Amino acid sequence: MLLIYCPYCEEERSELEFRGAGDAHIARPTNIADISDEEFEEFFFLRDNPKGLIFERWRHIHGCGRFFNAARDTVSDKFKLTYKAGLPKPDLDATTPAAPVETYEATESNAK
Amino acid sequence: MADLATRTLPLSGFHGGSASASVSPAAPASRLSLRAKPDAVASLSAALGVDLPTRPKTSASSGSRHALWLGPDEWLIIDETEADLLTAAVSSGVLHSGTDISHRNTALFVKGRGAEATLNSGCPQDLSLAVFPVGACSRTVFGKAEIVLMRTAEDAFRVECWRSFSPYVSGLLAEGAEDSGH
Ligand SMILES: [Zn+2]
Repeated sequence: MLLIYCPYCEEERSELEFRGAGDAHIARPTNIADISDEEFEEFFFLRDNPKGLIFERWRHIHGCGRFFNAARDTVSDKFKLTYKAGLPKPDLDATTPAAPVETYEATESNAK
Repeated sequence: MADLATRTLPLSGFHGGSASASVSPAAPASRLSLRAKPDAVASLSAALGVDLPTRPKTSASSGSRHALWLGPDEWLIIDETEADLLTAAVSSGVLHSGTDISHRNTALFVKGRGAEATLNSGCPQDLSLAVFPVGACSRTVFGKAEIVLMRTAEDAFRVECWRSFSPYVSGLLAEGAEDSGH
C-alpha cells in the first residue's frame, strides 16, 4: 500500500485517505477576461503529462481535508516530497534520473 | 404544542461482536462541526468548556464533552448529554462556522482485547498504542465508509459514521469482531 506523508497531519497515511487533484502551481491569469481563447485553453486544459518528476495537488480528503502539494515521480510512483499549499515550488533537481521502478519484489515482499 | 415525531435510532436493536470485541451502538449525542481560525480558538475553547486541541490526531475531553482535532481549522465537538453546542459556540462572540450534525452522525463503541484488530479489518491506520494512544482521534476510512475514530481506552474505540452508512459500518465491524480473536 502506498503511504503518503500529509504535511498537516505530520505523518504518513494510507493512499486510501487521499485523492489526487491535478497539477500544482497552475497560476490563474490576472487578466482572465482579456486573454485569447488559445491562451485560456493553454491555462485551463493543457498539461504536460511528464515522464518523471511532476508537481501535483493532493487532498487528504478522508483525513484532515486539506489540499497540499506533492513532488512525485510518474515512473516509480515515488513521492519525493510533500509540502503545504501556498508554499513556493521547491527547487528539486529535475535532471536527476528517475528512481528505479519499485517492483513488488523490491518493496512489499519484505515489508514490516 | 405540536406533537413531535418519534425519534428512530439508526442502529436501534443492533448488537454484534464476539468474545474478543463487542460492538454496540452509542447513545444519541449532540455534535458540532466547527471551523475557526487560530485567533478564535481560545474564545471558543472557553465558550465550549473544553480546550480545542491544536495538534494533529489529538482530542480533549471535559466530562461528557469531547473536542476532536479533524484538521488545522476543523473540529468535531461531541456532547454525550445532548447539550446545545451551537448556542455555546455562538456565545464565544468570535468568528467561526458551526454546523449542528447531531443527527447526521451516529456512533458505535468497539471494546475488548480484539478492538484494535476489529478496526484494522477495515481501517488502514496504525492503531498500535504507541502511534494511536488513548485520546488519539482521526478522520479516516473503514472499508468504503468515512469514519471519525477516537480511542477512549487501551481496548476501546468510539466510531463516528454517517447515519446512512451505519448499517454498513456496523455490519463490517461485526464481521471484523468475529475475526479479531484469531
Ligand atoms: Zn492530513
